[in-house]
Amino acid sequence: MNIDSIKNGIVIDHITAGRGMELYRLLSLEELDCTVALIKNVGSRKMGKKDIIKIDADIDISMDILGYVDKDVTVNIIKGGVIVEKKQIALPERLVDVIKCKNPRCITSTEQELPHIFRLTDSERRVYRCLYCESAAEK
Amino acid sequence: MRSLIDIQDLTPTEIDELISVANDIIANPKKYSEVCRGKKLATLFFEPSTRTRLSFEAAMYELGGNVMSVSSGSSSSASKGESVADTAKTVSCYADIIAMRHPKEGAPLVAAMNASIPVINAGDGGHNHPTQTLTDLLTISREKGRLSDLTVGFCGDLKFGRTVHSLISALSRYTGIKIVLISPEELKVPNYITDDVLDRNGIAYEETTDLITALPSLDILYMTRVQRERFFNEEDYLRLKDSYILTPDKLRHARKDLSIMHPLPRVNEIAVAIDDDPRACYFKQVYNGKIVRMALIMKLLEVSV
Repeated sequence: MNIDSIKNGIVIDHITAGRGMELYRLLSLEELDCTVALIKNVGSRKMGKKDIIKIDADIDISMDILGYVDKDVTVNIIKGGVIVEKKQIALPERLVDVIKCKNPRCITSTEQELPHIFRLTDSERRVYRCLYCESAAEK
Repeated sequence: MRSLIDIQDLTPTEIDELISVANDIIANPKKYSEVCRGKKLATLFFEPSTRTRLSFEAAMYELGGNVMSVSSGSSSSASKGESVADTAKTVSCYADIIAMRHPKEGAPLVAAMNASIPVINAGDGGHNHPTQTLTDLLTISREKGRLSDLTVGFCGDLKFGRTVHSLISALSRYTGIKIVLISPEELKVPNYITDDVLDRNGIAYEETTDLITALPSLDILYMTRVQRERFFNEEDYLRLKDSYILTPDKLRHARKDLSIMHPLPRVNEIAVAIDDDPRACYFKQVYNGKIVRMALIMKLLEVSV
């Protein structure tokens, strides 16, 4: 399968196979007018299989969302057809309005205008807890 | 400007300071009777709680301050759909400090993020109740003279009991603490307490279903109620309920210097006959609760004698 290379844009590479669609949704890529390619189950020497997302536009994407979904991805910024920057992704300390608290007893369940904020409480096990009720985020 | 939302908001040194002020209030109550003159406490209770609200109000009156009270959600603006954030901003214009109880977890934190005055969490659903934990710590300190080198047994419903979780987490910051968790299998303490609190802090603990065999080793026994609605079937409840009721007969297995605590209200889990036993501390806890709330209000209002 051939996908055109991009001139100016972003390539999110080394996504754990199966997580590409989740990233696509959380980054709201369906709202973009430019060409976007989500390629699933690409053969990889290092990973066996991986997903790749190519975005044919120079847009701001949330590094927090990338870090939360899959901190081992690589982000290549392409300008004039060449990679000009490789971004390092870290596990974000705080997530604001990325995921929603599912605890029905949480104050966010009744007060719709409150931002859904999660804090990283265990980086080893990648546990995020709701700032308000401390429920763990469901993966 | 500080608030108290979670017991972990206070360092062990600050807890020691509160206990020390509380002890001085007990020794010299007159010294403190005017320290909050001209200050107003707003008690915003969006779910019923007689004792906690009265405890806060009594505490403020004994400091010479005044109290404004909203006692239930249905008689307040919340019933008209006002947000917690707006309520907090509004009450900040009237009062000097807020004590808030709310059925939704995290509501007092939202209030604290929006108020321009200190907010005390007086219980948010099944989540936090830090002034109960301060009450328990003051009681342990007064009964034992220390908060370290203690074997503390928790008995009854350890799964849903927020006072238990909060006290375990507060005690895990002291040295030489041993925890004995006594409950039916169905109501064992959740994994996040054993993994994230006890194991992570290297606290020695054991889990058992048998109160009688656990009793002889305990310095403190913290009783909670085993509630019928927590069980999947009536048979299990009937089989287990009596095992976790403290009676004079069972108490024969305990040490002479045991301290028996309970967050109250009690139903039948401690026999009334034990109330006169010198080891019973649960009504002293109620008194200590008022005193430690006085110390806390003073700290957050930054007033001193």
